[in-house]
Amino acid sequence: MSGFYAFLDALFLQANYNATLVAVGAALLGLASGSVGAFLFLRKRALVSDAVAHATLPGIGIAFIVMVAFGGSGRSLAGLLIGSTLTAGLGLFLVDWITQRTRLAEDAAIGAVLSVFFGFGIVLLTLIQTMASGQQAGLEGFLLGSTAGMLFEDALIIAVGGALAVLAVLVLRRPMALVAFDVGYAETLGINTRRVDMAMMGLVMAVTVIGLKIVGLILIVAMLIIPPATARFWTERTEWVIGLAAISGGMAAYLGAAISAAAADLPTGPIIVLVSAAFFGLSLFFAPGRGIVAAILRRRRFQLRVHLRQGLLALAHGEKILEPLTLSVLLRNGFIRADGVATESGRALAAKTLRDEKRWDIARRLHKDDAVASRYDGLTPIEAVLTEDEIAEIDVRLGPPQMVVP
Amino acid sequence: MESIGLGTEFVTFSLTPILIGVLAAVACALPGNFLILRKQALIGDAISHVVLPGIVVAFLITGQVTTWPMMIGAAGASLVAVGLITLIRRLGRIEAGAAMGVTFTTLFALGVLLLEQSDTSAVHLDVEHALYGNLESLIWFSGVSWASLADPAALADLPPELVRMAAVAAAITALIILFWRPLKISTFDESFARTLGMNVGLLDLGIITLAAIAAVAAFDAVGSIIVIAMFICPPAAARLMTNRLECQVWWSVLFAALSAVGGYVLAGYGPGWFGSDMSVSAAGMIATLSGLILGVACLFAPHRLRVGASAVA
Amino acid sequence: MALDAVKLVIPEAELELAGMPAMEIRGMTVSYGDKPAVFSVDTVVHAGSMTAIIGPNGAGKSTLLKAALGILPRVSGQVSVFGMPLEKAKAKIAYVPQRASIDWDFPTRVIDVVIMGLYRKLGLLGRIKEQHTTDAKAALERVGMTEFADRQIGQLSGGQQQRVFLARALAQDAELYLLDEPFAGVDAATERAIISVLKTLQAEGKTVVAVHHDLATVTHYFDHVLMLNTRNIADGPVATTFTAEALQDTYGGRLATAQVEQLQLPVA
Repeated sequence: MSGFYAFLDALFLQANYNATLVAVGAALLGLASGSVGAFLFLRKRALVSDAVAHATLPGIGIAFIVMVAFGGSGRSLAGLLIGSTLTAGLGLFLVDWITQRTRLAEDAAIGAVLSVFFGFGIVLLTLIQTMASGQQAGLEGFLLGSTAGMLFEDALIIAVGGALAVLAVLVLRRPMALVAFDVGYAETLGINTRRVDMAMMGLVMAVTVIGLKIVGLILIVAMLIIPPATARFWTERTEWVIGLAAISGGMAAYLGAAISAAAADLPTGPIIVLVSAAFFGLSLFFAPGRGIVAAILRRRRFQLRVHLRQGLLALAHGEKILEPLTLSVLLRNGFIRADGVATESGRALAAKTLRDEKRWDIARRLHKDDAVASRYDGLTPIEAVLTEDEIAEIDVRLGPPQMVVP
Repeated sequence: MESIGLGTEFVTFSLTPILIGVLAAVACALPGNFLILRKQALIGDAISHVVLPGIVVAFLITGQVTTWPMMIGAAGASLVAVGLITLIRRLGRIEAGAAMGVTFTTLFALGVLLLEQSDTSAVHLDVEHALYGNLESLIWFSGVSWASLADPAALADLPPELVRMAAVAAAITALIILFWRPLKISTFDESFARTLGMNVGLLDLGIITLAAIAAVAAFDAVGSIIVIAMFICPPAAARLMTNRLECQVWWSVLFAALSAVGGYVLAGYGPGWFGSDMSVSAAGMIATLSGLILGVACLFAPHRLRVGASAVA
Repeated sequence: MALDAVKLVIPEAELELAGMPAMEIRGMTVSYGDKPAVFSVDTVVHAGSMTAIIGPNGAGKSTLLKAALGILPRVSGQVSVFGMPLEKAKAKIAYVPQRASIDWDFPTRVIDVVIMGLYRKLGLLGRIKEQHTTDAKAALERVGMTEFADRQIGQLSGGQQQRVFLARALAQDAELYLLDEPFAGVDAATERAIISVLKTLQAEGKTVVAVHHDLATVTHYFDHVLMLNTRNIADGPVATTFTAEALQDTYGGRLATAQVEQLQLPVA
């Protein structure tokens, strides 16, 4: 029960000063990473962030070694973050260079950069462990994040950095949304798309680096990827994807930080990721429109409509129906009897369906403009496309309705 | 610590780690060739991340750190991940990269959380181990000299990792040879493969399963960094050396073996050349070397550029 | 008695195929999402015919072909090939996909691509013998690509790539050849080479179906036509089916009257 109260304390910022600062910092980070990630997601480059994140590790190692060489303790968070930014930038540059200058595809470039930089980072970490000052450097904390024993200055850096990133997104959101939506169009508007892309990648690096201490470099990509993927289920509009991604990212980070403050063995990074993943899972299944449940239902309804229409047309033409699904749809609607003979209602609707097909035949000839002709897909009734007067005109050419004989 | 030379110490301390490293690298590079050509390189990344939750779950169920349950757990987690990625892509209509990102980070986070929640202090199971493995510790106590290679008693004492890795590498090689033609045809032209009556979906799953088996067998010895690096770097560099798939595979095997041997030697003996008596992570060094090889290939390899009609399309 | 004597002369395989439609499609609907691209199409491809599938962009021509081959899933419909279900008849089919659907950067040579056409003969591990290489080279010879056998496929022009794919189909030694836009983006020499190969195939008794774009050449190249716009507008022999009226029905306003007149078709 005490865990629950600790959770509530953290949730309402009643916990100790550092925990509060971590929660606020995480929320700001979540807001920023959700919205920045949305641009990456819309550009279909989500996993570039994975290369960036892994490429921070050698930078952390190098920064530590350099700081020690100049007589420091090597543990200054600001210094480590600067180092990680430099190698993350190099990694990003290499991903682009390999993709553009060689025949290798972007996925191979991302995988190569992330594994090689990470591997080299591990080499540096093992090197540091053997250094006299490296024994308790705690650099492993950057792999999975560690908020335990975080210094006040560290928490401050994260909170301020997160706030700055949110601010930058607000300022740059319009050109970035345009570029994410349609690069070619953005060019014609006179936007320097290269510079916008660079700004976007700069923000990705910033968010990654700020998040290292809380979430760690392996899981930080989750904060960039999961919220936009979640948001995508709820809207078809670019600005809404960005906004919803920011909100779900911020909420997941804040809730996650609060939950992890409630007990000792709930690591902040993984908890934030799992809260975010829970939002995603709910959206994946239950979002109206794009959710899986809705999609399956829609697909099934569509299939039944196709079979019903084809079955009725076959009845109208007096053709034998072979497909079991068609037969069962007709039977269930009472359009045929168990022995396959059409019922009265079946004949009536078959005649109506056949008439619709014939009306379409004439409509396509009369309305040679694409707008009408291209609406034909076998399922749309002609009433949905043409006015009553237009249909009446067609019917004059078509002659009186015909009966379907049993 | 260790001196250069191929004497007794080499046999005891370095021979088996090098062999295991080479076998692991080759086992990953072989399916990696197909992952690269199918633009699925990052499936390798995803698989190696979900190995951790797989072994943690296996540990929680069986309560012990033994090989087979953990291998099965890791392989199961890989298949669950692939299933989830496909589900999110197909039914959720989310782009492949993002679908992978969502899946592997979530499963990895779950693995870390379970690890923190369970009492694993008594056993050697931690995140660092999963990331960089313990190649250096796989020594051959009974291998006192080169003569031990002919001594049945000493051979019986070879690290089980070596035997396991050799078996997996052999199985992967055999499967790729057996299914070479369907794999090549379906990778090149999926529609054509379908008209030949091939089960393209099964081949897809097959190559990913091979990758998962390689990743699972390799990670215990060498950690997941090598696994990702070997899936991608040697085949990518090999692609730039030749325009024939058959040759590409040979190049990738060569580059993988070169990275493994060179990386291990550099990690173990390299610092010694600078007068230091320490050593650095062999796994990290192998990955680094494979990256350097790829870098050189990107700059100088004969077929590094896109050419012809495909460059325009 | 006389009938039995005749039967004895005809080889069994041909007897099996005689009079059978090469391909029969019944009630086929294919959709992308909730919009049918092909709706309730019935059609028959006559054995020994050379059939063009024509229709405006987005009419579902390639979709129909791919669904008939089982490359795309169908919402409804049944396909039989030479009287057999599709799955049993795959050995009788050779398919030439659209050039754009291929990764031309793939590390493989022209000759290797043609040898892929021999897969059914080679199986998983069958060794490539002298005979196979000879067959593959003969197929390349027929499309005039012998000198390019050792080139990487990405280093060819569009027309040359198309010819290589035709050579692969020839190597399959099928009964029914299905081609998806074989003349799209190829040079005039390639177009002539391809059509001459297809005509030879027909002379050998094979059946050819091609998605086709150029209305001006329909009457020269093909003897049967399927006019498609989401559904089957008209199908049958070119002489009686490919009429001005049917073209208007198929293309609607997208085809100017002047264009149709240029084709100099008989008025129905």
